Parts: sequence; structure tokens; C-alpha cells
Amino acid sequence: MKAGLMRATHPAEAAAAHGVPLLEVDRLTLDFATRGGRVKALDQVGFTLDRGQILGLVGESGSGKSVTAFAIMDLLDQAARIETGQIRFTGIDLLARKRRALKELRGREIAMIFQSPRTALHPIRKVGHQIEDVLRAHSSVPPGLRRQKAIEALERVRIPDPARRYEAYPFELSGGMCQRVMIAMALSADPSLLIADEPTTGLDVTTQAVIMDLIRDLVRESGMSVLLITHDLAMAGEYCDRIAVMHAGHIVETAPAHLLLREPAHPYSAKLIAATPAKAASIEALAAIPGNLPDLRQPQPPCRFSTRCERHRPDCDQPPLDAARLGQDHLVLCRHPL
Amino acid sequence: MSDAPLLSALGLTKFFKVGGREGGLLHAVDHVDLSIGRGESIGLVGESGCGKSTLARVLAHLTPPSAGQLRFEGVDIGQIPERRFASRPERARIQMVFQDPTESLNPHLTVEGAILDPIRRLLPGMSAANAAARVDEVLDLVGLPLAFKPRYPHQLSGGQRARVGIARAIAVEPALLILDEPTSALDVSVQAVILKLLADLRTRLGMSYLFVSHDLNVVRLLCQRVVVMYLGKVIESGPVERIFAHPRHPYTRALLAAVPDPARRDTRPPRLAGSPSSPVNPDPRVCRFYGRCPIGTERCAEDMPNLRPIGAEHLVACHYAEQQKGLAA
Repeated sequence: MKAGLMRATHPAEAAAAHGVPLLEVDRLTLDFATRGGRVKALDQVGFTLDRGQILGLVGESGSGKSVTAFAIMDLLDQAARIETGQIRFTGIDLLARKRRALKELRGREIAMIFQSPRTALHPIRKVGHQIEDVLRAHSSVPPGLRRQKAIEALERVRIPDPARRYEAYPFELSGGMCQRVMIAMALSADPSLLIADEPTTGLDVTTQAVIMDLIRDLVRESGMSVLLITHDLAMAGEYCDRIAVMHAGHIVETAPAHLLLREPAHPYSAKLIAATPAKAASIEALAAIPGNLPDLRQPQPPCRFSTRCERHRPDCDQPPLDAARLGQDHLVLCRHPL
Repeated sequence: MSDAPLLSALGLTKFFKVGGREGGLLHAVDHVDLSIGRGESIGLVGESGCGKSTLARVLAHLTPPSAGQLRFEGVDIGQIPERRFASRPERARIQMVFQDPTESLNPHLTVEGAILDPIRRLLPGMSAANAAARVDEVLDLVGLPLAFKPRYPHQLSGGQRARVGIARAIAVEPALLILDEPTSALDVSVQAVILKLLADLRTRLGMSYLFVSHDLNVVRLLCQRVVVMYLGKVIESGPVERIFAHPRHPYTRALLAAVPDPARRDTRPPRLAGSPSSPVNPDPRVCRFYGRCPIGTERCAEDMPNLRPIGAEHLVACHYAEQQKGLAA
């Protein structure tokens, strides 16, 4: 890190003092250029994430969850074009800054873990060295202390015998252990925001529980915030403070987790819950969501769920459609909520 | 259900030789007893590496058992070499639906070709006209329009491919369908459709299911009986409602406690630490769960518990199954 760029006043702490949320995504609209036309992947996506909170971003594949995360991390594909919107981190608009200035922020203040940790790790580099790489790039830890710090990072994610595991290669570790290493890497520079993109997909249910408990414990210990991207509504319900439901590039509903699962207001949220095996008492009670995700290369009506919605009425197709506030922390993108 | 089970396995075992200086035997499936009744739906659960997929493949006779008996409709099929089995009438009677419909469909075959292929191979007596009629019939059963017949897998969605995988398997009218994680690659909305389709097909066609899954909720919805495996051994089996409400083996308890549940917010169920011990040359005297088990006594390290009845149709392999009654599930 160059001469105390942001360390003097930790930006997250400074922001908290002013009541600014840690992360605000504000009317983010972006599309992808494809041979078949422009895919309107995100439309007016907005949410906030406060310090020490876990926000679940839930939806089917193709709904725009990962694209949103990639936009925050500046990992978007060349074909992506951000049309409008802001991504404010501690009040700073990330999209308005120069890339090089932001590189420092992302990585140290914002870290990300991916699904399939085994492929995300370097296959022939000792995991301890991979953690040191992060420390070298994103922290002021002097070279002589990096090994010690890396072992501490492994210890923090409850890896038994961390000094020995420091020497291990990814193929010598189980999938759950690899994900812990990924988390250790992500946390080694003490980020204030962790983006976890399907962190337990492909892991056993027992390992999943251990990893999710760990993430929750780390949030409580450090006050870090987590944006948890998942297709598993039951898991989001157990671990998240708030849930934002995405459908076809829209955030259709945002609410406290328990409220969203108990009293969903958007018809899509309700359908998603009814299609989740964890919530169904019997196979008869399990209900599929009618229709498919719309083709986002085509012009879309204001409500992108309208063609799948049983409650669709003529005024649903009247623009503009804005999110309605149902409660203090409950937003829904629907003219006729449940 | 008639008296004789559709399929019964006795001491079914599958070992694999593994390398290393001393060499060793990987106990993938270790003396498993299992019976599947006519029309019954059984869920086979456990962590990855516990041997559930190997057991499914041995039961489907895609790979021969190392030891033990495998009887299907009264015939000891375990003795038939798998080359010869491929042309036996029993081959059509046991069919398999594989995990990833994208990987398991031949990309060069159309939907029609993929469904015709097993009919031609396994029902050689069937006329071309009858075979064509059968294709239309099963497409209808799985809810695919006939217009899809000339399409190739890459022109289909994941859910449509899953339907083709099911259509292909049921085209030869099996009595037993072995499903290896058939919905794990699908989105939740598509999964719901396929699960309902599978439940519907079973009642309509009277098939038996062996449903291999890591998703306990799916097993709860689709199966009547559940079999829990740990390191090659069946450690608990019984009716679904009973096992889910009153699991007796400490591993089953941990497995159920790990299933995400919003109602369990902010509680701290005990978690399983560590990973399973090695399946290579395990000590035959030691309980496979010993070392990871929260109970684990000296007795568990000296005397491997066998499956024993603990209630109606409820079997468990734990010395301390009765004593855990007071523990929260």
C-alpha cells in the first residue's frame, strides 16, 4: 500500500460515523453486447448493505445476481456496458473513479470468494504462499511477517494445524478446506465487505453448514458485511439479515429475511418460496413457477415478471414502475403486491 | 406390495484396488443389505464419497459387485457378467437416470434418436412402427412436445434435457428406475417441475425408485423409505417420516441438522467436525463414524456396530441408539 492512502481514517469507519451505508447500489443498469443483440442484464438495480449485516441476493440462474457482484468488483466482461447508476462504497462512487485508484480499494476493502474453490485456487502453489500473495498486494504487512500472518489467517478460519496446512497444495485439501483457504485469503487484508458468490455450491450439506457458520461468526467478530449470492432461499433465510430477490435483472423485493419468507409481497418471491423443497410439506404442495425467464434481448414491459404472473392486470404494463415501500425496510417492485 | 421384493441385495460389496506401496482396497460399498419393494421409492443419502453412487451403479449392474448377492425379480443378476447382462431382458427392467442431463446425452443424437436407442437395443422384437409410437408416448408422459423430436441436446434447456433423460430411461418400461441426483444441476423452479413429474410418473407407471440424493428435502418429498450411508456402510434406514422426526444414528442427526432451515436462525446445532476417515483398508473392528462421532466410546473402537432393528422397519448401526432419545434432533 502506498503511503497510508486510506488507512489514516479507515473509510468504512468514517462512513459509519456519517450514517452512510457501507454499500449502496443505486439504479444500476447495464447490458451486454451479444451477436443476438443487447442483453439488458440489469435494470435499475438498487439495494443497500449496512455494516455488520449479511444481505442475501437470491434468484434463479440468469437473474443477474453474479453480474451485480461482478459490477461491484469491476470484474465485468468486455462486452458489458454500464448505462446508468452508481455503486457507492462508503459513499464513494466506484464507477466515477479511475480504475487504478479503485484497484487498491477492491481487494483490500472489498474481497470476493467464488464457488468451486478448488478451481479458484492456484493448483500448484502452496496455499500459504497464495495467502502471502494477497498480503503483498493489499496490505502493509512487512515481508518478514507475512508467513506468520498467513498462518494466523488459516487459524482464523478454524483450519486445524495451520502451520502444516500452510505448506499444503489445493489438491491435498478437501473441498471444504479449500473454501476455508479462499475465505482466509479474502479476509487476510481485513476487508469491510465480503462478496460470497454461491460459496457452498458443490459442497456437502454438512460442510456447507460449517462454512456458513464460519462466515456468520466472522461477521460477528469483525463487523464485516457480506453480500451472499445464492439460489438457496432456505439458506438465505437461515443466515441473512435481509434478502433481495432478483428476477430477470430486476430486484423485485427487498425485506428482512424472516419477513420475506413469511410474508412475501412480490408474486415472484411467493412462487420462488413455493418451489423450494425445504418449504414444501409434500410433493403436492411443491409448486413450479409458470413460464420461463424472459428473453432479455427483446424489449421488456415495466414488470419483467408480467408474462409469468397470475396476478397480471392491464395497468401492470403502464410505465413507469417504481419500487413501492411497504414497510420501513420492505420494498417491492409490483403494482399489486400480495 | 407383494411378498418377494423387486430387488434384494445381501452382503453386497464393491472394493476397488488402489495404488500405493502396500496397495490397498477401497471399501466403496461394504456388505450392504438392501431390498426394494415393487412400487416403492427409496432415498439413498450420504456425503460425497460415502459410496452411494457406487452402490447405485452396482444395483443397476453397470459395474459388477466384488462379493455378495444381487437378486432382481428372482434372478441372481450379480453373477451375470455385465457384458452379457447388456443383452439380457433384465437390462431393460433396471434403468438409470444420470446426474447431469447435459453430460449424459449423446450430443449427436436427436431427442427421437436418444429415446429410440435403448428401445432398439433392449427391445429388439419391437417393430419400427411400435417403437415410433413408444417415442411419442413417452415424450407425452414427460411433457415434451412432439415437435422436439428432431432437436439436438444443445437446442434444449436444462429442464428439457432432464426430461429427455427420463423419457429415454422409461421408454423400455423398467420396473426399477435408479436416479442419481437427477435434479442437482437444475434451477429451483425447474427442479420443482421435474420432481413433480417424477412423482407423477411413479404412480402412473408403478415403477420403483432408488433416488440417490444429497438433498434431504427432496428425499423427504419423493421417498417412502430412506437409507443413510457412511463410508461404504448403511448406518440407518427406515420410513422417511420416522427418520426425519426421530433419527437415531448420530451421523443422521448431524446430517439433518445441517440442512438449511430458516426456522433455525441463530441457533447453534452441533456441527460435524473434520472429514470421514480413509475408506482404504478400514479397521473392521472400528465403527466407521468413530473419530467424528460426538459419542464415540472405547466400545465403538473395538466392536463395529451392526445394523439392528430399533423400531418398525427402522434399522440403525449404533451401540448407543437408544440412549440418544433425550438429545434434540
